[in-house]
Amino acid sequence: MATLTKPKVTTNAQVTITETAATIKAKSDKRIVFDSKDLNLWYGDTHALKDINLSIYEKEVTAIIGPSGCGKSTYLKTLNRMVELVPGVKTTGEIMYNDKSILDKSFKVEDLRTRVGMVFQKPNPFPKSIYENIAYGPKIHGIRNKKILDEIVEKSLRGASIWDEVKDRLKENAYGLSGGQQQRICIARCLAIEPDVILMDEPTSALDPKSTLRIEELIQELKKDYSIIIVTHNMQQAARISDRTAFFLNGEIIEFDKTDTIFTNPADSRTEDYISGRFG
Amino acid sequence: MALNSKIDNHDKVSIKGMITEKKNGPNINRAMEKIMPVLLFLIAAVSILTTIAIVYTLLTETIEFFKRVPILEFFTGTVLKPLSQNPEFGVLPLINGTIISSVIAMLVAGPIGIMTAIFLSEYASDRVRRMLKPMLELLAGIPTIVYGFFAFTFVTPLIREFFPSVEATNILSPGLVMGVMIIPMIASLSEDAMTSVPNAMREGALALGATKLEVTFRVVIPAALSGIIASFVLGISRAIGETMIVTIASGSSKNFTFDITQSMQTMTAYIVEVSGGEAPAGSTIYYSLYAVAMTLFVFTLIMNLFARYVSRKFREEY
Repeated sequence: MATLTKPKVTTNAQVTITETAATIKAKSDKRIVFDSKDLNLWYGDTHALKDINLSIYEKEVTAIIGPSGCGKSTYLKTLNRMVELVPGVKTTGEIMYNDKSILDKSFKVEDLRTRVGMVFQKPNPFPKSIYENIAYGPKIHGIRNKKILDEIVEKSLRGASIWDEVKDRLKENAYGLSGGQQQRICIARCLAIEPDVILMDEPTSALDPKSTLRIEELIQELKKDYSIIIVTHNMQQAARISDRTAFFLNGEIIEFDKTDTIFTNPADSRTEDYISGRFG
Repeated sequence: MALNSKIDNHDKVSIKGMITEKKNGPNINRAMEKIMPVLLFLIAAVSILTTIAIVYTLLTETIEFFKRVPILEFFTGTVLKPLSQNPEFGVLPLINGTIISSVIAMLVAGPIGIMTAIFLSEYASDRVRRMLKPMLELLAGIPTIVYGFFAFTFVTPLIREFFPSVEATNILSPGLVMGVMIIPMIASLSEDAMTSVPNAMREGALALGATKLEVTFRVVIPAALSGIIASFVLGISRAIGETMIVTIASGSSKNFTFDITQSMQTMTAYIVEVSGGEAPAGSTIYYSLYAVAMTLFVFTLIMNLFARYVSRKFREEY
């Protein structure tokens, strides 16, 4: 914590958001997966996201932090358009996913969600067997072959580092597992359709510290193959596992930078106030 | 004690004192605590005792009947002539009529009911749902005798318009109308079962790239299956037990036939007909009422047990 509260020494606190993002873009040689340009979102009359410009890099962990109601979950759900399930949602601006505009209605939302998986705050396995939970995604996308499905199930469960715990009880209901195991089942379910990006909406907030640690280790492992965007309330978690961190406040991005920079040397005083626990 | 605490705390309100006072206070409260469970048990026992009494009556009279008519003849006989010189009591025509009318009813109510439920739970907006559901439930409140007249004076003539060979009293028309009567039951109960499936489950499937239809058929319906099956079984029980519609619109032919354009009698309609004054107490035909009623009772009992088994087997816990 001591390092987190270290007073900042930067003098140029006036750096604008776009400049910051642009600098990072220039510095990084990694490919951009998601690029949001002037993204605005309204729930009815509530302006929930304001002029969001944010680039998500490939095979990195990007953490989104901020107080409750700051729009971080909303932003995450915009990336796979789950936000559309809320009646009365309106968006302007653009989100480019691999240089295609996904907010365009002509972009098939099912295709997007096949490429961009999601893990939710509360583990939500289907009330089916462990095997069926993992096989569900491949099945709806047309894979019927039992042998291939078996392979996918094993590979996905191994990928979510839960294979050894469940390999002898694949036919049992997933609800018989502990919360942490259920969450890893949900991650495995997501891996089964081989997405590019995994969105995680506070994936450990309903779990105990031990399960949380396992998930965090898993995220480090998954980073090798997937781009991960994680919304978290836990700042230590963001500091531990992410490469970049975006700080949201009242629907705006206050700061987006390398995680080290955000936590040791933030450019904006509001970021510093938040990460040092002065509000939120 | 109660007095003491009052004196001790006369100058200020003491919560602790009040609680002690209540605890040690009038015995009536404590007596109530003891009496109420007993009273509630007795009230609950009323329905159990009634069931036992009904089964007892049915059983004794049925045994009396089987002393006169061999049980095998009753359950395998296809001829039912209770009023003839040489009466025959084969129950198969009645069982046949009951099953056929119920099957027709379920063929109507099953698909329409479940599709209505899917629409209401997965597709309809809140506003539409709030308008449609009460209208649907209104349908369930119509007295069955009205349905019976509707079948006899409207549906049957309509069918005969297109298929003149259909008899004036037939099993098809009351079967269809019974189906309409059961739709709200199946739709409403299935809808309840489907709306109670947590949204997190739908989101989980949608996030995997499932379409709305895939979510409905491969997540919501399987998760709600035990409730849906329960609604079907209640529907079938209702169809088996339905009396008025078939009595009015299907006539009283006791032929053993599978032709749905002809008149057939169900078990319930037989009971209505015979108990309508033609059966002197103590006669064989009088006792046959109880045998038929017993059969009906066993039918619904088996249905309910079967439903329990199936819904437990298909239950998806969440």
